[in-house]
Amino acid sequence: MAEVLVHVDHLDGAVRKPTLELLTLARRLGDPVAVFLGAGADAAAGVLAEHGAVRILTADAPEFADYAIVPKVDALQAAHDAVRPAAVLLPSSAEGKEIAARLAVRLDSGIITDAVDLSTDDQGPVATQSVFAAAYTTTSRVTQGTPIITVKPNSATPEAAPAAGTAEPLTVTFGDAATGTKVTSRTARESTGRPELTEAAIVVSGGRGVGGAENFAVIEALADSLGAAVGASRAAVDAGWYPHSHQVGQTGKSVSPQLYVAAGISGAIQHRAGMQTSKTIVAVNKDAEAPIFELVDYGVVGDLFEVLPKLTEEIKARKG
Amino acid sequence: MSLRIVVCVKYVPDATGDRHFAEDWTLDRDDVDGLLSELDEYAVEQALQIAESAREAGEEAEITVLTVGPEDAADALRKALSMGADKAVHVEDDDLHGTDALGTSLVLAKAIEHIGYDLVVCGMASTDGAMGVLPAMLAERLSVPQATLLSELTVAGGTVTGRRDGDAATERLSAQLPAVVSVTDQSGEARYPSFKGIMAAKKKPVEALDLEDLDLDAERVGLAGSRTEVISATERPARTAGEIVTDEGEGAGQLAGFLAGQKFI
Repeated sequence: MAEVLVHVDHLDGAVRKPTLELLTLARRLGDPVAVFLGAGADAAAGVLAEHGAVRILTADAPEFADYAIVPKVDALQAAHDAVRPAAVLLPSSAEGKEIAARLAVRLDSGIITDAVDLSTDDQGPVATQSVFAAAYTTTSRVTQGTPIITVKPNSATPEAAPAAGTAEPLTVTFGDAATGTKVTSRTARESTGRPELTEAAIVVSGGRGVGGAENFAVIEALADSLGAAVGASRAAVDAGWYPHSHQVGQTGKSVSPQLYVAAGISGAIQHRAGMQTSKTIVAVNKDAEAPIFELVDYGVVGDLFEVLPKLTEEIKARKG
Repeated sequence: MSLRIVVCVKYVPDATGDRHFAEDWTLDRDDVDGLLSELDEYAVEQALQIAESAREAGEEAEITVLTVGPEDAADALRKALSMGADKAVHVEDDDLHGTDALGTSLVLAKAIEHIGYDLVVCGMASTDGAMGVLPAMLAERLSVPQATLLSELTVAGGTVTGRRDGDAATERLSAQLPAVVSVTDQSGEARYPSFKGIMAAKKKPVEALDLEDLDLDAERVGLAGSRTEVISATERPARTAGEIVTDEGEGAGQLAGFLAGQKFI
């Protein structure tokens, strides 16, 4: 069976959930071969094997942490040349997409980004995408070279499928470009204890209707009762009520959770572009005419300051 | 010393209009108005600020704004010129219709080399395709460093430094020129063109280039050269109208019932 390379996104060996989703999708295309770069491979090997990696190619070098993007491209190219895979899959993170981009140029291969599903037919991998603010669903394929595909978080549910997961060292020769962009400092984002926005299964977002920074406590309380991430519309971010790293929309982050709760968000097209692929959409808004109600599976026309605290209590009570 | 800056911009369909596919699965451009991609306005703004700093330091600086696109894409160039860019280059060729990201990066790289550059500035992504891969592809093709997704940046002494806010960490990056950078919408509000700027833009030079000028084979671009193909495109059925209730004290309970029914609680 053909092998499929999966680029592992991890933090010091802690494998992030989108990678487990990738391994699950990769099994539809062939045998997943995980590529683990940087420190912590021993810690990661178990979970990668548990999710279907038949082999784990590992490389560690200071270049991966000290310089941006290109060292990882060099490593993936080495893995590609060694394995000759049927496809290369990466998470649709900013870094994942940039690694994919440079690899595509080097291999003169087609690239598809932000896939929301993968399948295969007699001509190889087929990627499903959601385009034009989710107004269309397309399927595409790569026609030349090795298909390089990045996949959005929450596109699959990670499934266990224990495989050999044999670790093998990958030999990487860094090119001249590898040390072109130095990372002079790195400050880890302070953890809020909540899930990461783009990966979260549930997102609760607040908009203009929240009315102020301190009022976001109402949004956060509901998010915590659901184990959700907190998002914000551009209006709320531009007003300084919530950090930009939480902005959902065309100029912010694109999210695709199982459940999206929009509170006090009117639903401008720019916001919709960033959340319309959410599986279930719920809105609470005072304005019955708000365009967000065109999208919802369930909507409550009402004051979010009345509805959200009661809902939070109800959820806590039901979760007991 | 002179600092040559090239800003790559894209003319995109207005996202507030309804966008449709043409029969060849490319965007039906007759159907929708276009404009300079909002995220590219931030790139033009940063280029203007970098040029201003260079001039204050006694250096010469020149900003060329570059686009690949149909005739109407000149509107995007005109907007950037009215903001303050010095000149424009428009790559237009019938054979470019349907070019994918890989092909577009090839055309842009050739055009950037034709213009001559020390720094290439891009927006973080287009507001239509939104792939966000072009800056990295350009850096690869031009064999220069990339410093991308910067929310603030400084160019001085032949080095670009900047801040990149990632999901897990904030990084500070440093690269020698020539380099490709991309900037986010957090890099600073883009200026509005002044009346004087709009009038001045009418007199600024716009160079037209086609594939032959760039010594590019038509088979490497357009639908013919695309390394990806769309197999199908289906308009998503309008969401079946969800249930909407008006809160008269019971809204929270009703919503909790819905969420429980969907197994979210």
